[in-house]
Amino acid sequence: MQTYYSDLLVIGAGLAGERVACEAAQNGFKATCLSIVPARRSHSSAAQGGMQAALGNCAKGEGDGPDVHFIDTVKGSDWGCDQEVARLFADAAPIEMRRLAAWGVPWNRVVPGQSFYFKGGEKFEKYEKEENEGLITARSFGGTAKWRTCYTSDGTGHAVMCTMDNRCAELGIDVFDKKEAIALIHDGETCMGAVVRCLRTGQLEVFLAKATAICTGGFGRIYKATTNAVICDGGGHILAHETGVVPIGNPESIQFHPTGIVPTDILVTEGCRGDGGTLLDVNEERFMHIYEPEKAELASRDVVSRRMTEHMRAGKGVKSPYGEHLWLDIRHLGDKHISTKLREVDEICHHFLGVDPRVELIPVRPTQHYTMAGIRTNKDGAAYGLKGLYSAGEAACWDMHGFNRLGGNSLAETVVAGGIIGAKIVEFLKGYETKFDTAAINAEVKRQQERIHDVIHGRNGKLNVYKVRGEMQDALMKGCFVFRNKEGLEECVATLQSTLEKARKVGLVSDGAGPNHELAAALKIEGQVRLALCIAQAALMRTESRGSHNREDFPERNDAEWLNRTLAYWPVGADMPDLKYEDTTPLFELPPGDRGYGGGKIIPADEKYVKERTIKSPVTEIGKKK
Amino acid sequence: MGRQLKFEIFRYNPEKEGDVPRMQEYTLDETPNMTLFIALNRLREEQDPSLIFDFCCRAGICGACAMVINGRPGLACQTKTKDQPGHLILHPLPVFKLVGDLSVDTGVWFREMYAKTESWVHTNKVFDPTQEEERMDNEVAEQIYELERCIECGCCISACGTARLRDDFMGAAALNRIARFVVDPRDQRTDEQYFEVIGNDNGIFGCMGLLACEDVCPKGLPLQNQLGFLRRKMGITAMKNIFRKK
Repeated sequence: MQTYYSDLLVIGAGLAGERVACEAAQNGFKATCLSIVPARRSHSSAAQGGMQAALGNCAKGEGDGPDVHFIDTVKGSDWGCDQEVARLFADAAPIEMRRLAAWGVPWNRVVPGQSFYFKGGEKFEKYEKEENEGLITARSFGGTAKWRTCYTSDGTGHAVMCTMDNRCAELGIDVFDKKEAIALIHDGETCMGAVVRCLRTGQLEVFLAKATAICTGGFGRIYKATTNAVICDGGGHILAHETGVVPIGNPESIQFHPTGIVPTDILVTEGCRGDGGTLLDVNEERFMHIYEPEKAELASRDVVSRRMTEHMRAGKGVKSPYGEHLWLDIRHLGDKHISTKLREVDEICHHFLGVDPRVELIPVRPTQHYTMAGIRTNKDGAAYGLKGLYSAGEAACWDMHGFNRLGGNSLAETVVAGGIIGAKIVEFLKGYETKFDTAAINAEVKRQQERIHDVIHGRNGKLNVYKVRGEMQDALMKGCFVFRNKEGLEECVATLQSTLEKARKVGLVSDGAGPNHELAAALKIEGQVRLALCIAQAALMRTESRGSHNREDFPERNDAEWLNRTLAYWPVGADMPDLKYEDTTPLFELPPGDRGYGGGKIIPADEKYVKERTIKSPVTEIGKKK
Repeated sequence: MGRQLKFEIFRYNPEKEGDVPRMQEYTLDETPNMTLFIALNRLREEQDPSLIFDFCCRAGICGACAMVINGRPGLACQTKTKDQPGHLILHPLPVFKLVGDLSVDTGVWFREMYAKTESWVHTNKVFDPTQEEERMDNEVAEQIYELERCIECGCCISACGTARLRDDFMGAAALNRIARFVVDPRDQRTDEQYFEVIGNDNGIFGCMGLLACEDVCPKGLPLQNQLGFLRRKMGITAMKNIFRKK
């Protein structure tokens, strides 16, 4: 068996993973990255908007700084984030953007003089200062007090991904593609690396390392309707979770976006509604104003998703071979507007739907978009439960997003967290020597060989993996989507429990030879159903509404009882997750309060509890002023 | 009711003992807005789980699903079945090593290309986290980005006459990559240094000017312009070298 050694093994070679690897390599350690796809195909490259960092270079960003960014992030999280982490992030983000510029990212720059921009359909003008010419500029994003989102045209993720991958090549980091980790090697206390299936040959290989970092992105693919790439299937989460000692943090915390196109769930921008697009039902009638008389289509992401779901539940959805959907109408905006301001939407409609949005309606539905949930780590990125195991990026619940993340904060998190956590891993590696336990390695390899053999030969049963996966996806869509309530969640948990049984009885239809996809799907289906069960069970237990977690039967945010984070463990051999809870944040720079948008009642936390944990910070004053 | 589509798909799994390359037929009912992403996944999930093909973003952004669709390289995810005849013939991209069926190894090809072109900013400046960023003209930044939009799908390479004839031809993607660094003021490499890399038949002088690279590029990159730009630049560099040696 092929065995590889390195100081740091990074599973996942998107922006977070490669950034972590760069930090180790720059400090003289040997880093190896594994990826299912060539690194530049990572889902990081799909992010178009940009990265939030309070540089304050552009006119509408004047007066911005890490303090303001910190406040926006904490409010965005609905006070669900770890404030120490949000602080680390906001402070480091500007430096990291400059570092990326030095490495080669072609950030858009400040152009001095007069220019125009649109807000709520109205035209405004602004003046960029002469002295700021050529500095990194920023654009406006939802939920932020200042223009703070650094960008490269409409392809920020792609451009930063190219630069990061170039940096890896320069540093001589081994980035292996078409390699899928299928199990961690550990002894219950220390992580030693991973057993990996080569997706070229189907052969198993062993990768040993002093430290292992899981940076595999989100797990949207366990939902049927998701904006995520097909590789965002929870593979990395499953590795950590099935050790039994690493918890998933806040599994109930999943973000939905109102306008994924049907059938392929590719995102069309919020700008469509911002510029005056409307949502129509099966009768081609508007409905948002019935639910939200004031804001109508312009209510926040979560609110619009909720109302659309409600309306479809009321029987007003459009039936299609791909399930029910609604219509997005931008016809009235006219050819000029669509071909200039909404060019990207026009292209998506053309390429993926064959629809001309000037004369036709766009089929849309709310779609899973982002997992704030993830492998729970401390502020150093070290996973709970296993020494030498780290996680960064969307895969992790490092927890700067809490229960709702702001646009532009996720892409920024990949590189900022990657840099911070990479440095912590370097500290760890400097003071660490290890011995690899050959018995543990051999046992894990054998266990995986047997699993594969059993699945190929139908030893546990002959259920079709794609059918079982469909059942899980349907259960989540039905009970654990935009809206949640006790009945729906109980039914979801019950369904998923029976799905878990089925997942254990999957057998292949094909022979599983070589780089077989059915085998890859079969090897992770049980882990996926476990993740689904964690979401449903944690959502059932959390009897409040916070950020993206909406309980129809508990509409208020309950700081008195639920100012905490769910930790979902899965003890080896168990049939249900073991839920534990911890304080949301060790300290408050910004004590819990109103977000200033979204409405909703708040049941306040115990005053003494908050007071004891509140520290003196410049933010407390700025926060009061706003 | 839509059409019944007939698929003829190249099959060969090199990891399977005794397997031989062949074409296999499948049929599928067409649904509204069907793309090859939907069709191929349905074929795999409902009819033949042994089918090997790649998808990743399924939104035309990542380049994973390039294949030869009725004789022309393109992205399967953004190919709508309604724009195709009812008989679809699918082959893997040529030039790249076959992984199985419709899947090819673009990863290794492109990684070797990064090594050959030294695909990173060459500079002796050291990043100082306490300093303001170095300024750049916004137009230059946008120019660099326009060349960095390549998604490494491999369509241009597999449509290239020279690449089909000789293994060591770098192809449009690599030349476009070099052009990206040539326009970047942060990169301190000289024309002579670029000439060392691409000033030969494997690089800029191997192109036969058939233009297929640009025809099939799903991102509409100006590949031939870049090639012309570099050839002119390298030609001048070559002339200078000749005179210098005298």
